[in-house]
Order: sequence, then structure tokens, then C-alpha cells
Amino acid sequence: MTDTTERYEPGTHPDLPPPMATHGPIVWMRKNLFSSPLNVALTLLSIYFLYLIVPGALQWAFFDAVWDAGSRAECREQGQGACWALVDVRFGQFIYGFYPEHLRWRVDVLAVLFLIALVPILWDKAPFRSRWLIYSAVFPFIGYFLLVGGLGLEPVETSKIGGFTLNVVIGVTGIAASLPLGILLALGRRSNMPIVRTLCVMFIEFIRGVPLITLLFVASTMLNYFLPPGTTFDLVLRVLIMVTIFSAAYIAEVVRGGLQAIPKGQTEAADAMGLRYWQSMRLVVLPQALKISIPGIVNTFVGLFKDTTLVIIIGLTDALGVGRAALSDAKWQGLAWEVYVFAAILFFVCCFGMSRYSIYLEKKLHTGHKR
Amino acid sequence: MTLGRLWSDKRYRAVITQILVVAGMFMLLAFLATNAVQNLEALGKTFGFEFLQAPAGYDINQTLIPYDSRDTHFRAGVVGLLNTGLIAVTGCIFATILGFILGVLRLSSNWLINRIVYCYIEFTRNVPVLVQILLWHAVIVHTLPAVRQAVSPAEGVFLTNRGFYVPQPIFEDGFSLVVVAFLAAVAGVIVFSRWAKKHQEATGQIYPVFSIGVAAIVGLPLLAFFVAGMPVSLEMPELTGFNFQGGMVLRPEFIALWFALSIYTAAFIAEIVRAGIQAVSHGQTEAAFALGIKPNWTMRLIIIPQALRVIVPPLTSQYLNLTKNSSLAIAIGYMDIVATFGGITLNQTGKEMEVMIIVLSIYLVISLLISAFMNWYNRRIALVER
Repeated sequence: MTDTTERYEPGTHPDLPPPMATHGPIVWMRKNLFSSPLNVALTLLSIYFLYLIVPGALQWAFFDAVWDAGSRAECREQGQGACWALVDVRFGQFIYGFYPEHLRWRVDVLAVLFLIALVPILWDKAPFRSRWLIYSAVFPFIGYFLLVGGLGLEPVETSKIGGFTLNVVIGVTGIAASLPLGILLALGRRSNMPIVRTLCVMFIEFIRGVPLITLLFVASTMLNYFLPPGTTFDLVLRVLIMVTIFSAAYIAEVVRGGLQAIPKGQTEAADAMGLRYWQSMRLVVLPQALKISIPGIVNTFVGLFKDTTLVIIIGLTDALGVGRAALSDAKWQGLAWEVYVFAAILFFVCCFGMSRYSIYLEKKLHTGHKR
Repeated sequence: MTLGRLWSDKRYRAVITQILVVAGMFMLLAFLATNAVQNLEALGKTFGFEFLQAPAGYDINQTLIPYDSRDTHFRAGVVGLLNTGLIAVTGCIFATILGFILGVLRLSSNWLINRIVYCYIEFTRNVPVLVQILLWHAVIVHTLPAVRQAVSPAEGVFLTNRGFYVPQPIFEDGFSLVVVAFLAAVAGVIVFSRWAKKHQEATGQIYPVFSIGVAAIVGLPLLAFFVAGMPVSLEMPELTGFNFQGGMVLRPEFIALWFALSIYTAAFIAEIVRAGIQAVSHGQTEAAFALGIKPNWTMRLIIIPQALRVIVPPLTSQYLNLTKNSSLAIAIGYMDIVATFGGITLNQTGKEMEVMIIVLSIYLVISLLISAFMNWYNRRIALVER
């Protein structure tokens, strides 16, 4: 025997790469793109579709885009692509609305404080979480003070709050207020007391049966009739109330689904332990029910955040409203694509982030019973 | 017994709580009602629905029934309601078809198509529908050519920034024969399918009810159509002067609203369909194959009926959402019930309370009707348990 072949002790041979027929890009393509005649057709069709859409879109949005110009006409002189100069010029309005320019720092501070308040809510392993959460609970008051002013800060009318700030303010307040209200409504609907139950059912079904836009109309045209004569009621506040009760009704249905999924034995066991109604709900039933309703709750929140754009119909100027105002400016007329695509991206980032977070939570909370 | 002891008894506590709730409710209602009465008095307004009979005095640019500005507010409301209905029905149909196709494609083993559909679904779902409606409206109004330079993708079809002009079918005498044939075919198919089911239960023999049914429902009216001598003619739109004459026009508002609502809702329906199909365990398919049932029968008799059970309830809420979202029409000026009645009529008459009550009740009734219908359908396909 010559020494051309190496000898190995049993079990010491290094792993050989798998044969070419089972891995590699070609095999992957054969398996995932060309596995059957139908799939070949679908793949070719998709490639053709992408070829139609993607190069043109990229050309429009980046290569031919104009970033710096003073008006639409100037944009068109420089190129045929997107005129992002409009977004650039109006960026401040998109974010802050008509909030006084010298006070915009307050919104910035608010945003930073908000993100800090958000951390312990979203991240359960945050250091000093319980103390940090106290700050989160106090934050709404700090936020109100910063935004509206008072106590030494220059007051700002709520009608000046606009742009994406308004969307976030309505969205976050609605989310924070509708969750507890929704849980109460869900408990009321499952209650043994017929009158409470009927009232909750009527309330939930009424709210869910009508579009948000009609409720906003009610808020803007009709609500004042039901208040004591002479009271003026801030429009932003009225909208906040309507958005909150609207999404509370949807949360209530989601939570009811969660409550129904908890076996009766859990309540009975809690009763047998001598827990009172609220104790058994707080310690036994709700933690389980809320856990399984998280995806639905987050979906409702995403819906609520998207619905904050509806305020433009009753005359508030949110991010979308700023965009529409820009479109009616003679200098920028006709740049609808740019404005709406920008608004779409703004909302997409937030809503997609929220739904990703819900998927992460769902995976994390899915303890046991996993196959 | 003291109140404290009553409170510690569970039964009495429930009674006391409810009495308190009812009392609170009545106090709140009384408070609101007195305020409303005082406020209306202060403004010199009266509560009443007489304004419904007054002439509306405004035009509506899309009417399914004859209407002009001398008609009453009531009729304007009906016109708006029909426009809402038109959007809701056409939107639900298109969204369902698109959603089912996308839902199935999302499950495709083809990586590329799977990713494309995923991107479509995520992007559409996470962008406010109002932005999408405004975007599509702007696309039609700003990027399509003016009437004189209309794009014509097919004969008699013109795409312009004032809407899509399409040929209008004119039904001549004798078309009733086609309608009668269609109704007869539907009745015949119902009878046949009942008989076929009984026959199958008795003998085990299966008739291809579905294909025979489709053939009858399509074929019989078609036959009648030719027998009656093709009693339909198309009226083509023609460019005369500054606008098209004849034909039918689909207004940009309608197209934008219909398209945006459909593709938005389709993304949600696609996810529902995907979840529904995935909810049927793979064992069902394997068991069907083990019994020697053909693949497409497995799909039709085993998978789809079980998937539908999961799909129908959330599908209902999507239909409801689409109908409610159609109220966003007001943002682009499509004349639905909110725009005609809740918008112009409200501003003209100043009857906020009455108008809002009517609009809210209309939506409530629509919602209840849709959910009643879908609940009935759901019960029909639900699992029959012991």
C-alpha cells in the first residue's frame, strides 16, 4: 500500500460536504421555484411582474428623484422622478403641524420621554422595571403639560397640535385609555347581572355597528348639545373620547374571546380558594385571557392608529391633512404621489413595527403545549 | 339588616349594584336630555323630521335612481344609501375573489410568489385605508389623460381623468326571456341538487351536481339569449365636443373608492383564508387519500368545508368593515349616505341631531342585517355536533 490515501481512525474522518444534488442555489431554485409546470409558469409570471414594477419604481423614487427645489416647476426642470423636495420643505409641518416653531423643542422632548416611558412596557427584562413603570404611569400628565403648556410653560391651543404629532397623540391616548375600558366592558358582557350585561352588549354592538367617521361627526357637530349650556369642549378632546370608546368596544370583543377560552374550572377554583370576584379576575382569569388575546388586541391598536387619519374629515390637520394642504398649494399642485407615498411610509413603519412586536410577544408567551 | 350586611351577601350585592347602575344610567340620560332641550331652545331649533320632505336643492353626481335638485332630502338620502350599497356589494365581491386567490397563493410552495403576496399583504394592511383611497383617487385624477386624449384599451372603453367611459348595454324587448331562463335554471338546479343528494344517500351514486349546475345556469340563459335574437345592444360612448356622449361613466370617485377598499380588504381576507386552510390538519388530507378519494374531491369535500368553518366568522367582520369604511367616501367626494345626507343635508338644514340619528341607525341596521345573514350562513356550514 502507498500513502496516497490518508488513513483515519474510526470516527475521526472530517465531515464531507453534502452531495451537490441536495443543496446549493440550483437545488433550492429547483425545489422552490420550478418544482412543477404550474410553478414554472408562476415564477416566470412573477419575474415579469417584478420587471414591470420594480425598475420603474426605483427610477421614480431614487434615480430620477429631485431632493432640492422650491416649487413643482423647479422640480420638473431637474428631472421627471419623484419631487421629494416637497416633503423636504414641508417636513416640519408633517411632523409638528402648526405647532409654534419656537416651541417645537417641547414636542421633541416629549418624543424622547415617550420612548423612555415605552421601554419598560415593551421590554419585560428592563432593569428597575417596576420603578420605571411608575414613571410610565406618570408620563401622560407630563406629556399633557409639555404639549399644552401651563405652569410656567407658554400655553399652546390644542388646535395647533397637528401633523404626525397629532396622530401619535390620538393613537397613544386611545390605546392607553381603551384597554382598561375595553376589559371592563368585556367583563360586563360576561357578568351574571342581566342589566349590566344588557347595557354592555348594547353599547358594544352599537359602537361596532357604526363607522368611526359618523362617531367623529357626532363629536364635531352634536356632542355640544348634550353638555351643559355654555360649556365649550375642546375638539381634540372630543375626538380623543370618541376614538377611545370606539376602540374600547373592539377591545372588549377581543378580550371576551379570550375570556371565553378560559375553562370554567379556573373561576371555580378561584372561588374555592375564597378569592373575591375582582381578585379572581385580576389574579387568575385575566392574566390567562389577556395572554391569548394579545394578537387581537395589537391588531385593534394597529387599526386604531390607522384610523387616526380620519380626523382630517372633521377638520383637524394630521400628517395626511398637512399633505393635502400642501397639495392645494399652487406651488406644489399635482404632487399627490409624493405626498401620499410619504404618508403611507410613515404609517407603514409604525403599524408594521407594532404587528411585528405582537408576533414576537405571541411567540414569547406561547409557553407549553408547543409541538 | 343593615346595608353593610346586605352588601356582603353575594345575591343582594348583585341586585344593589344593578339598581345603582340603572339609577346612574337614568340620571345620565336625564342630564343629557335636559341639556339637549336647553341647548336647542337657546339656539331656537326644534326637534323634528319635517325637513325630510323639504326640497334638497343640491345635485348628486352619481345616482342609481332618478334624482334632481328639486327632490326631497329624503330622496337624496335614499340616493346616497344606494350609492353606499353599490360600493359595499361590488367591493365585497371583488375583495372576496382577490382575497381567496391571494390567500391560496400565499400558501404556494413557490418562494417568489409567496414573497410577493406577503409584501402585498403587509404593505396594504399597514397603511391607512384613507391614504390608499386618496392615493388612487389622485392617480386617476392627476395621471390619467384629459377627455380629449383619452386612453382606449379596448373598443368603446375610454380611460380619462373624469372617469372611465364604458359601453352601456341596452336591453330590448325579449330580454325578459333571458331573465326567465335564468330563474328557471336556478330553480331547476336547486331541485336537481336536492334530488341528487337524496339519490346519493339512498344508493351512494354521485352526480356531478356542481358542473351540471354551472352548465345549466350559464347555458340556459345563453341559449335563450340567442333564441330571442340577441336582444341586447351596446351603446358606445362617443367623443362629441368636450365630453363623451352615450355609454356609461364610472366616476373617478367610485373607481378609487371601490378599488382601494377592495384591495385593502382583500389583504385581510387573504390572511383569513390562509389561516383557515392551515387550520385543517394535514391528517384530513392523508386520511382522504388513504380512502382513495381523488385530490380535487379531497379539496372540495374534505378541506374546503372544514376551512370555511374557520373562515366565515372573520370574513363577516371584514364585510362589515368594508361597508363601514365606505363612509370614507366623503374624503374624495363620492356621494354616499354620509356625504349626501350626513354632509350636505346636515349643513343645509342644521338638523345635526336628527340627521346623525338617522345615519347612525342606517349603519346599525346594515350591520345587523349583514351579521344576521352571515350568522345564518355560518350556522348552515357549522359542525353538527351531538
